Amino acid sequence: MDWGHVLRLIAPEQVLSLAGLALLLVAAWGGDKASRLITWAAVAMLAVSAVLVVPALCSGAEGADTLLFYGQLRVDAFAAYAKLLIYAAAGASLLVAPAFFDQAKAMRAEYPVLVLFATLGMGIMVSATDLISLYIGLEMNSLAAYVLAAFLRTDERSAEAGLKYFVLGALASGILLFGMSLVYGFAGTTSFDGIHAATTSGMNAGMIVAVTFVLAGLAFKISAVPFHMWTPDVYEGAPTPVTLFFASAPKVAAMALTMRVALDAFGAQVHVWQQIVIFAALASIIVGALGAIGQSNIKRLLAYSSINNVGFILIGLAAATPAGAAAMLTYLAIYVAMTVAGFVAVLMLKDENGDPVEAIADLAGLSRERRVLALCIAAVMFSLAGIPPLFGFWGKFVVFQAAVQAGLIPLAAIGIAASVIGAFYYLKVVKVMYFDEPVGKAWGKSDWVHQALLLIATLAISPLGYLATKCLASYADKAAAALFHLV
Amino acid sequence: MIQVIAFYLFAFMVIASGAFTILARNPVHSVLWLILAFFNAAGLMVLCGAEFIAMLLVIVYVGAVAVLFLFVVMMLDIDFAELRAGFMKNAPLGFVLAIVLLMELLLGVGAYKAGALKLGTASGAAATPAGVSNIEAIGALLYTRYLFLFEAAGVILLVAMIGAIVLTHRQRTGVRGQDIAKQIARKPSEATRNVKPGVGEGVQL
Repeated sequence: MDWGHVLRLIAPEQVLSLAGLALLLVAAWGGDKASRLITWAAVAMLAVSAVLVVPALCSGAEGADTLLFYGQLRVDAFAAYAKLLIYAAAGASLLVAPAFFDQAKAMRAEYPVLVLFATLGMGIMVSATDLISLYIGLEMNSLAAYVLAAFLRTDERSAEAGLKYFVLGALASGILLFGMSLVYGFAGTTSFDGIHAATTSGMNAGMIVAVTFVLAGLAFKISAVPFHMWTPDVYEGAPTPVTLFFASAPKVAAMALTMRVALDAFGAQVHVWQQIVIFAALASIIVGALGAIGQSNIKRLLAYSSINNVGFILIGLAAATPAGAAAMLTYLAIYVAMTVAGFVAVLMLKDENGDPVEAIADLAGLSRERRVLALCIAAVMFSLAGIPPLFGFWGKFVVFQAAVQAGLIPLAAIGIAASVIGAFYYLKVVKVMYFDEPVGKAWGKSDWVHQALLLIATLAISPLGYLATKCLASYADKAAAALFHLV
Repeated sequence: MIQVIAFYLFAFMVIASGAFTILARNPVHSVLWLILAFFNAAGLMVLCGAEFIAMLLVIVYVGAVAVLFLFVVMMLDIDFAELRAGFMKNAPLGFVLAIVLLMELLLGVGAYKAGALKLGTASGAAATPAGVSNIEAIGALLYTRYLFLFEAAGVILLVAMIGAIVLTHRQRTGVRGQDIAKQIARKPSEATRNVKPGVGEGVQL
């Protein structure tokens, strides 16, 4: 093994881990006063890692050169694409944090450090090509996430969210590990290539049970129905910057991981897991849409919306074709932009004391008081609903196109029909903002970082986003090709 | 011959200290018996040639787990009279569990008599290299093939540590901690003063 080559390929991971360690020392000596500085430094380090990742994506790295550490990691264009999305989402959740936590007087210097380590774990997740590296990446991300969920420890809801996330996450990890141990038992190897080779001639009953358990464990992590029940509670209870983080970066990482496991490790026997994925996709779309209707808290609404979106993304996985994978990646990029825009907008909903406003009914009359903010929220809602001029439509379009090309026409038809249910609650928010009688709430000022981020994310999901479709599609195609190019 | 004596010694001690663990009335004594059981089990492992597991038993189980138990037992104020009061209530459940265990034992012995499972020996990449102790073999794998994952696992432990501190550490107010630097930096001029009390006026402090 040529160490220079290896170290060059894992440079982003090295930057992140060294940055995490160094900033931890700064936090130890600088105390909570230094937290703003540490946050900016962490964002800078994420940017550096992103720059280091770009060449692999642009050159469409694939094949044997990208395999590291005896096949435990694969640093290909697919991993690079997912990492870029993860770094962007993690950066956004860092940028919005200081203003939020300062208001709650709970900004601590460990927040950016934990986010950095979680991001490191997600980087390992998306490049894992071995069950062991998969699990280590997943746990690194999850452990940091449990702590982040309970970060406002004096707040009862935040502590509850942390505990709930921890208990259910541990259960999911147990299910996943059980499945993985069965896979190892039946395939005799933990490497994805080895599992692929061991199952080319077919899967016995034990292996099918193993695949089911592994997919169930992963479904917990992407919060697909029927393993979604923790999502609304955790998203509501966690501090909003952390919710932004949960809804974006770990979703991308877990989804990319699921893609690798399904299409690479179990890719030889697509029909075994295809039914499971189809069920999870349809159930997520329908439960996500129906569950959101009764919600009165905007964070819970966005949680159900993320369950709903996961269903649409899984439709691309059910197609099990390179086009389907590329569609999923395109959707994920748009989803991250929509999620960032949505939660930054939620962060900006504050009353005159600066306390967060989360009830949807309180948004009445927002369009008159805060014209731009209301417009941005409306754009996010229309985009999430997939209404054409906005970019969210494009994601749904490519996913359904891939499903139809793969011959899954009934699945696509049911998905499209169910997305109409989703449109109802998205539009309800717009109706409350624009047409309901104002409740006479006074709105507080927002941080400039929030405003800038909201503007950028909203521009990305606005019709202007269509200018990027060609570029986005070419990168997604490269990433999907790398995923399917097995050597 | 000496191996056989050693085996019976360790085995007897494991069973005896296991029995005392559940029979001891004082929970602290129970934990101490448990530690003795771990030590003897480690001896058994050494006899099997699994010295790595023997070390794990001593370092992890005795050094960390059992000592932690000891702390917990000592710190918790458990009323054992009250615990025993529930004995009759839970006795039926206990009996059911005992019967299940007995069945399992009988089944196990029966299966063993019918011929043990052929597990086979590890081959290929999974086989232990010849002429190397298993600590050396594990170490060689851990620091070469699994180096990245080993380091990553270290980061996970660090994250767990940071997490525990973030969630529990707080600045307490109203406690009088000792600040040694401040104590040493005290000068006589700040701590004492010269007064000349007048006769019959008392002292002003």
